Parts: sequence; C-alpha cells; structure tokens
Amino acid sequence: MSVNSTVLEKKLKKKASLTDTNLLLIITVVVFLVMYILAVVFLKKGFTKPQMFFNILNENASLLVLSCGMTLVMITGGIDISVGQVTSLVCMSCAVYLQKVNDAGLTGNQYVIKSMLLAVAIGLAFGIVQGFLVAYMEFQPFIVTLAGLFFAKGMTTIVSSDRIPVTFDPFVKLCRTEVTIPFLGSVNKKGIFIPAYVEVGVIAALAIVVILFCVLKWTKLGRNFYAVGGNNQSANMLGINVKLTKFLAHVLCGLMAGIGGYLFFLHACSGSPLHAQGAEMNAIASSIIGGTLLSGGVGNIVGTLFGVLSLSTIKNIVTSLGLEDAWWTNITVGVMLCIFLLVQSVILARKNNKK
Amino acid sequence: MTSDTMKSNNPSFAIKLKNFLGKLVKNQLFIPIVALLLLVLINLIADPTFFKIVLEPSSTGHLILSGNLITIIDNASELAILAIGMTLVTSASGGQDISVGATIAIAGSVILRVIKVQPTDISNGRFAAMLILAFVLCVVVSAIFGAFNGALVAYFNIQPMVATLILFTAGRSIAAWINNNDNISIKDTRFAYYGNFIPGIAIPTPVFITAICLIVIALVLKFTNLRLYSQAVGINASSSRLNGINPKMIKLLTFIILGVCVAVCGFIKVSRTSSITYSVIANNIEMDAILAVALGGNALSGGKFNITSSVIGAYVIQFLTTTLYKFKVSSSAISAYKAVVVILLIIISAPIVRRWFEDMKNKREAARVAKIATAANTESGKENV
Repeated sequence: MSVNSTVLEKKLKKKASLTDTNLLLIITVVVFLVMYILAVVFLKKGFTKPQMFFNILNENASLLVLSCGMTLVMITGGIDISVGQVTSLVCMSCAVYLQKVNDAGLTGNQYVIKSMLLAVAIGLAFGIVQGFLVAYMEFQPFIVTLAGLFFAKGMTTIVSSDRIPVTFDPFVKLCRTEVTIPFLGSVNKKGIFIPAYVEVGVIAALAIVVILFCVLKWTKLGRNFYAVGGNNQSANMLGINVKLTKFLAHVLCGLMAGIGGYLFFLHACSGSPLHAQGAEMNAIASSIIGGTLLSGGVGNIVGTLFGVLSLSTIKNIVTSLGLEDAWWTNITVGVMLCIFLLVQSVILARKNNKK
Repeated sequence: MTSDTMKSNNPSFAIKLKNFLGKLVKNQLFIPIVALLLLVLINLIADPTFFKIVLEPSSTGHLILSGNLITIIDNASELAILAIGMTLVTSASGGQDISVGATIAIAGSVILRVIKVQPTDISNGRFAAMLILAFVLCVVVSAIFGAFNGALVAYFNIQPMVATLILFTAGRSIAAWINNNDNISIKDTRFAYYGNFIPGIAIPTPVFITAICLIVIALVLKFTNLRLYSQAVGINASSSRLNGINPKMIKLLTFIILGVCVAVCGFIKVSRTSSITYSVIANNIEMDAILAVALGGNALSGGKFNITSSVIGAYVIQFLTTTLYKFKVSSSAISAYKAVVVILLIIISAPIVRRWFEDMKNKREAARVAKIATAANTESGKENV
C-alpha cells in the first residue's frame, strides 16, 4: 500500500513538473538564448561585447519593473493599462520638484530621497484607487485603468507641458553613477581593457525582480495570486480573500509603476509629457512573451525578465541589421508577439484536448 | 391597514409617474441622453449663443453652415462610425479592439498611395474612378486586417485586447511602410470634398457618410440575424454552438465589419487634411470608441447591445471635448477631465452600486411596512383593552 502511494506520488510529481507556467517559461528562455547566440555568431558587430547586453538592461530597467507589476496583475486575471502614463507623471512631478529645489538654491541628498518618496506615493495612490475600484466595486479593470491612463496623462500636462531637464546636482550625480562589473568587458582599439558597467537603476530593478520572484514562489500572498487568477470561485471556497488579493495585486502594480517611473527618471534625467509613451503596451507585450496569460493564473517573473530581454534584443538586432527605418522595429515586435501568442494558444489548446 | 388597501385600489397619478420613471431609468438610452442633455444645459448656461448656427461663405466662396453644433456633429463622425463596429465586436467577443487607431492609419495610407500617383488635372470621371478604386482597395485591406484580428480571436482563442495589441504595436509602422514614410499631401481639391464640404452643399460631407453607415447597419440588423447571433455568441458561445450557430464565424464577421468601419473612418480622416501623419492620425481614438460603447450602457463583457446608444455615446464624447475646448482647456489636459467622466460613468452603471441602491429601496420599504404593522398592532391592542 505504502509502496503504491509513493509510486503515485512520484507519478504526480512527474506530471506536475511541466505545468503551463514552466512550459511557457522554457519556450521564452530558449527563444531568447537562441536569438542572442545567433546574433553573436552572425552579426558580431556589438553583440560580442558584454556591454551590449548590459546596455539592454540599462535602457530597460524601468520597463522591467513595470512589466513585473503588470505580470502580478495579469496573474490575478486583471490588467493595468495606466502604468505608462503613471511613469510619465512620476517623471514630470519629480523633475518639477527637483528643479524647484534647485532654483531655491538648496542642495543635499535628502531632496533626492524626498523625490523618491514622491514617486512611490504617486504610484501607490494610483494603485490603491484603481485597486479599490476593481476589487471592491467590481468594475472592469480595463475601464478603470483606462480612466487612470486618461487622468495621469492629463495631470502630466497640467503639471507642465514642456520638457524639463534636471540640473539638481546630487540627482545628476546619482544619474551618472555607473557600477562597473569586474572581469567583464572588452578591449578597445588601443588595447585598453574597458570594464562593463550598469546604471544604479538596473541593480534596483534586478533586486525587485528577485523580491517579486520570491513573493510569488514562496509566500502565501503569491500563491493566492495564482489561485485567484486560476479560478475566482474555487479560490473563494478555499477561504482566500479574493477581493483583498485583487486589491493587493493592483496596489503592488501601482507601486511598481511608481518605482519604474523613478527608474525611467533616473535614466532620462528629465521630465516630459512624451516620456514612456506606450510603455504599458510594451509591458503587456513583455509579460505575454514571458509566458503570462491574460486570462490569469499562469505567469512567472523570470519569464517576464526574459520577455523584456527578448523584446529589446530583437529591437537591437533589427537596428544592427541595417533596417534603421523606424517602422521595422515595431513591425518585428508585432510579428514576434503574434508568433508567441499563436504558440501559446496552440499549446494550451492541445493541453485542453488531452484532458 | 386601511391606507394600504386604498393605495392598491386607487393607483394614483404619482405611482404611475413613478413606474414610468423607473422604466425610463432602466432604459439603456437613459444614461447617454441624460449626459447629452446635461452638456447642452451647461453650455446654454455658460454661453447662450452656443447653439447659434449661421449660413456664411467659406474660404472657397460657397455658402456653408457653421456653428458649434455643426462642428460637433461633423467631428464626431469618425467616432460614431467606429462605435458601430466596436459595439458589434464587443457584443460577440466580449472584448475590445484596441488597434482601430493604427488600422485607420493603414487605411488612410492605402488611399493616399493610390491617389498620389494621379496628376491633378485629370477629368472628373477619371478622378471618380480613381477614388472608387482607392476606396475599394482600402476597404479590402482594412477588412483583411480585421479578419486577421478576428481569426486570432475566434480560431486561436486569444483575448481580443491581446490579439489586437499586435496591430496596435505594428499598425502605424505598416502605414508608414506602405508610403515609404513620405509626407504626402494631395493637391487636388476634389479629394478634400469628403472630409469637408462638397461645393453647393451646406452640410459637412462626413455627416452624410455617417448617416449612410447608420442606415446600412440598421438595415443589416433589421433584415439579417446578425443581432440575434452576435448576442447569443456573446452571452454563451458554447450553447450558441449547440443551437447551430457558428460562434467562430460570427466573431470573425464582427471583426470584418469593424474593419470596413475603420476603412470609412480612414477615408474621412485623410480627406479632412488631404495628408497623413502616421504617428498622430486618429491618435487615441480606440480609447474614445471603447468609451462610447461603455457610455452607451453596453456591457463590455459582451452580450446584449444597442448601437443607437453607442452612437449617442460617441456624440456625447465629442460634445464633451468641444465643450472643454470652449472652456479653454488645453487639448492635452482634456484627458484628465475625460477620466472624471469615465469614473462617474462606471460608478453609475456598476452592478454593485445598483444593488446598493436597490437594497436601500428595499430597506425603506421594509421600514415602512414595519411601521404600518406596529401601528396596526398598537391599534388592535387598544381595542383589546
């Protein structure tokens, strides 16, 4: 009897080892690796240098954080299309704040920290209001966050309609800080070794990825996200507070929008109504490429990381192929998205048939 | 006790009125029409001459109607046409198409690609033939893109918003690619008739085009089963399949119809300015179109729909935009005010709020009944004594 049960357990384990989440994750990782290796082998140009890889991270630290927040919401079966404009609003507010401080002739690190708090507060405010409307008032997430998008967009231009570059000294220093990575780098024409570097934002973004990964994998909250997204009613019957879980997902997403906004601000060092245009769609696309299903219950932060990397790698490949006309990148991203969606849909259909 | 029987025997005018009002509030057209009336009222108070329409000569010397109302009806044309298709898609697939703005760019680009090769001095007949060719080509291309979206939604079971995200990302780039990213402007004045005025007719042409579209869709809904089928598919796809409807075909069909609507919008848009800016044309129109559908009281999760109220919703949105311009709100800040409208709207139409209202009503009713009962009890108690 006991032997039988252990065999059964083993069988179950084997079956469970390749869940939807894992399968989609594997596809994404493989596609990214294949793409990058092909680029290194055939294109050479910049791809052999480690700095190329780190530049991808430098440029997309903000998108990475936004996508992680988006993934959380998508796992619970919702969506948040306001994150891009919230990013823009955060950049603009922080830029205006820091410039005011600068004009007043003040200086000091505490103002930079205050601007960070401002960014987080804006993000949290959006997250809490939207989360409340979605979870407790039972409005459709798309419409609620559409309102959020409109509101953030309008507020950004009300705060200021011009591009505001930041000249506040401590902040500029923080922007320019580069963290060098020992042992990695390339030798330039003169034979001098130049180590690769990343910006401060990348380290923050990667830390957030690790934290969210742990939250999703090992905490009760993370498990609740999957349960609620997989099936609302069964989650309710299991004693999970569905409304609270959805609310928390939106609050976390808002928080990520605030942090992502600040990372964008760090990278761009300015505020402008044109910042982060369409970032929400890029974030959704990255999440989808990373194997998150919009229907909820399936998704993975590591997948999202690779989704962001794949998205930006393909953009880089297209540019280095010499197709520099602006439209090619968007068309390739569209095609890539299409292929991923089709693959996902076929896999899921096959799985359902087997059942 | 006595008062109750009296009420039920003699339904007074007040109760009739109450019932009538109750029905009115539940009607789907209620919210958009009330919103429209509210806007009219605000405008009348702010500026009594707001609705003045005058007949005056335009820059080309023809008499045309001008005034705020004409501007609103004229500018809302694209949105109203889009709202038709978007309502159908929403009804059948329970999702929205967010690629319409990008596909309008494609449609406009296709038309300009055909028209731009023509010299400006060709005869009217040849120009008309050219225009028809361009329009048909544009309709075909848009329908193909619509079918692409529809196929992803219907045959691959991808949520509409995600499926249309593909063209949302790539659409404007495809539009630029069609014309090699050239800045085209059509010199032929005959091309601008369709987005502005036909000489000798005082009403803007887009109004006529919208009217034609509305009549066509009304006839289609009247004489075909499209309404019934798309509602059935939207409410329950698998049970409609068991009843002999092909839900996949219906979903595909609604997306193709939306594609045709997009083609018409693209035509009007490029004709208005005789030129195209790929990254800006019809910017954010998808959000407005979805808003129009929601404003019309249609459930965004699919099922029953009412095209009339969606179209009224579209006019309300344009009315709001024009009103805000009148109040000197900058064009980029308008979206903040729209957000307020959206939030108010969803709060009014949310099931939970309605339930709350009904609970309140029931409680009041219960309290009234309890009051009567206690009154009757005390009376009977008195009698016993």
